[in-house]
Amino acid sequence: MNTLELTINGSTVDASGIDPNTTLLNFVRSRGLTGSKEGCAEGECGACAVALLRPDVNGSRYEAVNACLCLVASLSGAEVLTIEGIGSSERPHPAQLALMQGGSQCGYCTPGFAVSLFCEYHRPERTSAINLEALCGNLCRCTGYRPIAEGALALGLPTASAFTARLEQPAPPMLGLEYAGNGRRLTRPSSLSDLFATLEADKDAKLIAGGTDVLCEVNIRHARYEHLVSIDAIPELQRLLWTDHALEIGAAVSISKLEATLGDHIPLLAELFPLYASRLIRNRATLGGNLVTASPIGDSSPVLLALGASVKLESAQGERTVPLEAFFTGFRKTALSAGEIVTAIVIPTPRATHQRFFKIAKRGRDDISTVSVAIALEVNGKLIEGAKLGLGGVAATPARALKTEAFLIGKRLEHRVMRDAGAILESEFTPLSDHRGSAAYRSAMLSQTLERFITELEVTA
Amino acid sequence: MSRVVGQAIPHESALEHVTGAALYTDDLGVRLTNLLHAWPVQAPHAHALVTKLETAGALEVAGVVRVLTAADVPGENDTGPSRHDEPLFPTEVMFHGMWVAWVLADSEEAARLGAARVKVEYEALPAVVTLEDAIEQQSFHTEAGGISRGDAGAALETAPQRLSGEFFVGGQEHFYLETNAALAYLDESGGLFLQSSTQHPTETQEIVARVCDLDKHAVTVQCLRMGGGFGGKETQANVWACVAGLGALLTKRPVRVRLNRTLDMTFTGKRHPFLADFEVGFDATGKLEALRLELFSDGGWSLDLSDPVLWRAMFHSDNAYNIPHMSVIGTVCKTHKTSQTAYRGFGGPQGMLMIEEIISRVAQTLNLEPDAVRERNFYRDGDETHYGQPVKDAERIQRIWDELKVSSDYSSRREEIRSFNSSHAHTKRGLAITPVKFGISFTATFYNQAGALVLIYKDGSVLVNHGGTEMGQGLHTKILQIAAQTLGVPLTTVRLAPTRTDKVPNTSATAASSGTDLNGAAVRNACETLKARLSSVAAQRFGTAAADVVFEDGMIYPLGAPERAIDWKSVVMSAYLQRVQLFSDGFYRTPNIHWNKQKGKGDAFYYFAYGAAVSEVEVNTFTGEYHTRRVDILHDVGDSLSPLIDRGQIEGGFYQGMGWLTLEELVWNADGRLVTNGASTYKLPSLHELPPVFNVNFLTRAAQDGVVYGSKAVGEPPFMLAISVREALKDAIRSLGSRVVNLASPATPEAVFWAIEAQRETMQPLELELV
Repeated sequence: MNTLELTINGSTVDASGIDPNTTLLNFVRSRGLTGSKEGCAEGECGACAVALLRPDVNGSRYEAVNACLCLVASLSGAEVLTIEGIGSSERPHPAQLALMQGGSQCGYCTPGFAVSLFCEYHRPERTSAINLEALCGNLCRCTGYRPIAEGALALGLPTASAFTARLEQPAPPMLGLEYAGNGRRLTRPSSLSDLFATLEADKDAKLIAGGTDVLCEVNIRHARYEHLVSIDAIPELQRLLWTDHALEIGAAVSISKLEATLGDHIPLLAELFPLYASRLIRNRATLGGNLVTASPIGDSSPVLLALGASVKLESAQGERTVPLEAFFTGFRKTALSAGEIVTAIVIPTPRATHQRFFKIAKRGRDDISTVSVAIALEVNGKLIEGAKLGLGGVAATPARALKTEAFLIGKRLEHRVMRDAGAILESEFTPLSDHRGSAAYRSAMLSQTLERFITELEVTA
Repeated sequence: MSRVVGQAIPHESALEHVTGAALYTDDLGVRLTNLLHAWPVQAPHAHALVTKLETAGALEVAGVVRVLTAADVPGENDTGPSRHDEPLFPTEVMFHGMWVAWVLADSEEAARLGAARVKVEYEALPAVVTLEDAIEQQSFHTEAGGISRGDAGAALETAPQRLSGEFFVGGQEHFYLETNAALAYLDESGGLFLQSSTQHPTETQEIVARVCDLDKHAVTVQCLRMGGGFGGKETQANVWACVAGLGALLTKRPVRVRLNRTLDMTFTGKRHPFLADFEVGFDATGKLEALRLELFSDGGWSLDLSDPVLWRAMFHSDNAYNIPHMSVIGTVCKTHKTSQTAYRGFGGPQGMLMIEEIISRVAQTLNLEPDAVRERNFYRDGDETHYGQPVKDAERIQRIWDELKVSSDYSSRREEIRSFNSSHAHTKRGLAITPVKFGISFTATFYNQAGALVLIYKDGSVLVNHGGTEMGQGLHTKILQIAAQTLGVPLTTVRLAPTRTDKVPNTSATAASSGTDLNGAAVRNACETLKARLSSVAAQRFGTAAADVVFEDGMIYPLGAPERAIDWKSVVMSAYLQRVQLFSDGFYRTPNIHWNKQKGKGDAFYYFAYGAAVSEVEVNTFTGEYHTRRVDILHDVGDSLSPLIDRGQIEGGFYQGMGWLTLEELVWNADGRLVTNGASTYKLPSLHELPPVFNVNFLTRAAQDGVVYGSKAVGEPPFMLAISVREALKDAIRSLGSRVVNLASPATPEAVFWAIEAQRETMQPLELELV
């Protein structure tokens, strides 16, 4: 099937014929919707933000996403609002008017801010002021943000409008799709079995979930994939299952959805989420996607390692479960064999009494970590009975600190022990220097983090 | 009389900004048919000779139309704005990733594929990457020059105390959200028309004409607006306009050039990194007696604006301080990197940072409060700068200082912080106040001129043309206010035309914070000419003297008799019928400035802009991470023309300065490749870094004589208020020990951590362990 349609600003748009590698940003701009801007092409600046209508418990919700990181074809059937669909000079939306008292200078980032703010304004569960975290994935170089923040915080709750009416209705379903354009294909299977059949037939197909990594390859490194397989429409990969002894997270659940569903339930994850890129990214990014990149500086890996997570791998041939530390086999290499995918992340019900996540980066939000350390300790009285430490940024892969863990078990949770553990942790890894930080700093952060952990514990105790 | 100037109105394009309707250069291409897209062929060396260039492969790619090379240039193969040292198509690669040819194709995709098929062979040459290497190898763009007064050498000898050292400050990527873009086509009359995101349309026009071998009257450049400039598009918009212009000329099709972020960061110049070597002499109270300062700036591969940038650094290495004996010399180094260029402050921030660094080291050496040492050295009325210019309005430095200390509650917070720090082992707070004195005028004196063309139509509506460009700084908003105020009409009567070289010729760059001072004065001049003509027409009707006609809110009446008011439109129509000219040019040149570079003396600046900031930070001593808790700014904007705009410039400038001094780190690897070439590797401040308390006030009783409506330039000076954040970090670190704090710039968490570690070595051991 070679037709491709989606709804943009309330009108059905025929995108048939476009290359499946085409981004939503380039597509809307080519159609004259030039309010969405390209500022970075890697999801860091938010100037291209658009609102995507997504299913919600009751009706639907608008989620702000970076259009530069979305493929038009994988959004077949979706409903999208660009800045032009949110309001016009004649009828501006309150989220747009909120930015007019100094919130714009050069104006180039402004449409993106307005879209992020629009989505936060209409967030169904919002009952109080705007959460400014919603704007932390949008960069402005002119204003210094103060008028943007003030304008946003002055907004009230939404009054009835076409948008609120739309949110009461369900979002369009994501259906199976087989699309070809410009000699290339995008398949969007609607079940796991269809997915495996697709992968069986084409071992070279490129799997794409939220696309926040793959699209950087497309935009920056000019990767062009002959066959893309979007896993957006597979219900099995969207599930969250609690059992007595574990939480099973579908590989394609967005981080935002996970964040909203889990709340503070697992402290390590609750600490991770706000530090995980930006809202714009979390609305698309998935745990499965984050893990398969096997990046040593991926945000979720250290936390999942400390939680003792494993990954469920499935292919047409069957299913297996692999502990996460065995999943990472080398620099950006995983244990996945051809045709196999991560279907779920399994987190055993945490027994750790003490969980902390420390992400050290140049910028406090929306930055890639220099070093990250996740700590999960099972402490009985003062006795450490179990210890798992997940690390990022200090080795070729995300790693557990097995020596340090072994040292800790059986010891008392006290300052001197943690200081000794810090020395062991520092000796356990030999990090490299790069533009994010020197090897010496990374090493120092290992012992400093354990020192910090015990100190902050003492302060709160 | 109701005033239009001084009203806090939103940016004139705010509604278009928030709705996405505001158009930028690259938004225009989609409106054209037959558009060609350009993509560069890039060299994988920092320094190399191009030994072979074969374009045939590219032409085999479907959609590729032409590959532009040196052989295609009808004029001069050079785009250098200062020296002619920038080949448009180089035979010698001068920095990593430099373009060597450009592919034109029906789509960007095809152009990109075509570029990958151009075969280039290189002979790699040794590259100079670091400032230290450049100094070592004597790789310089300029000979050392400088400014001196008194006898710094002798005074250093006799000074009670001396301190010497070295200090490096890193560069900064402009990161305007809109990357460079140009669009060119042959217009209906055969002229070459360019839409360009440029701060300097006249220079863009000139260099396109140079490359294309056209008279300037055959080239028109328009700049609708820019998505940020900050100096980055003062000279460095020209290359892309030349590629587009040349392509359009040769193919007769519209050509679009747009750099994506990676290309923009790889190709374009940045704020200059500087290395300083200093020796300072002072007495026991911290009064500076002598300073010897040697500066080396990293100019990159070509000269560009590096010479005036270096000079502005030397002009500002006194900041607000009277240093009796002073010698500052500087050299622009040549390295195989991007050609560093103008960036908000234009060297001023680097020069000012040096003296602030020196003065705080002096204070720490003497164990004195840095704010007291700063104050002790302030310029006073009657003082002259080291280049011999009287410090006009010097009393404002002390006035701002005193008022800000009160409004920011400085003294009691100093005490609170001291007590906080003594009770917190791992969280340290710091507080600092720093002043700014910044000279306003282009130091190239001839640049201080501007023109305008104001048209009144028969229906009374007014169209204003001027030479300045809008990059978000609110110039057009202020110009509208100035025109409406001068003509006594409502703002809605006046419209601004896009900036074009065929309306006002020979304009200067919109730079040096001078946009409103120069263009605003020219517009006012044109409006006053028109008002005088209309006054005569109205005076006849009223039977009064022309001098006694009042223009206000679109009504015109004899002085003292508003009840006799007639409407603006009817006077305009009368004027037309009486054959009175309803359009006028306007012109302005800044008076009383002169500068002798050979002697290093003169009144280089028309006036100084003043300000001060108090910043408070909190540092985590485990990691070196920190945040800014509170900022208080008192800044001198004269009589504000447009308070919302001015506040935006102050806040935005401060924030950008804070980025330069804290987060923003440019990293080149040993091969000379810029590793931080995208938003994922180069971090600017986000909303998250916004200080929870951010108070900004304008200095009152501050009308600036001789500037349009008593206003004052505001684009650059607030940038340097951010030095207070760096100084506050040093204050926090200092609380950990007794050393003079040695904090690298930018003060990334890592840099702060190492400075903390150095302090800890001098710290009294603390018993932290709990049992």
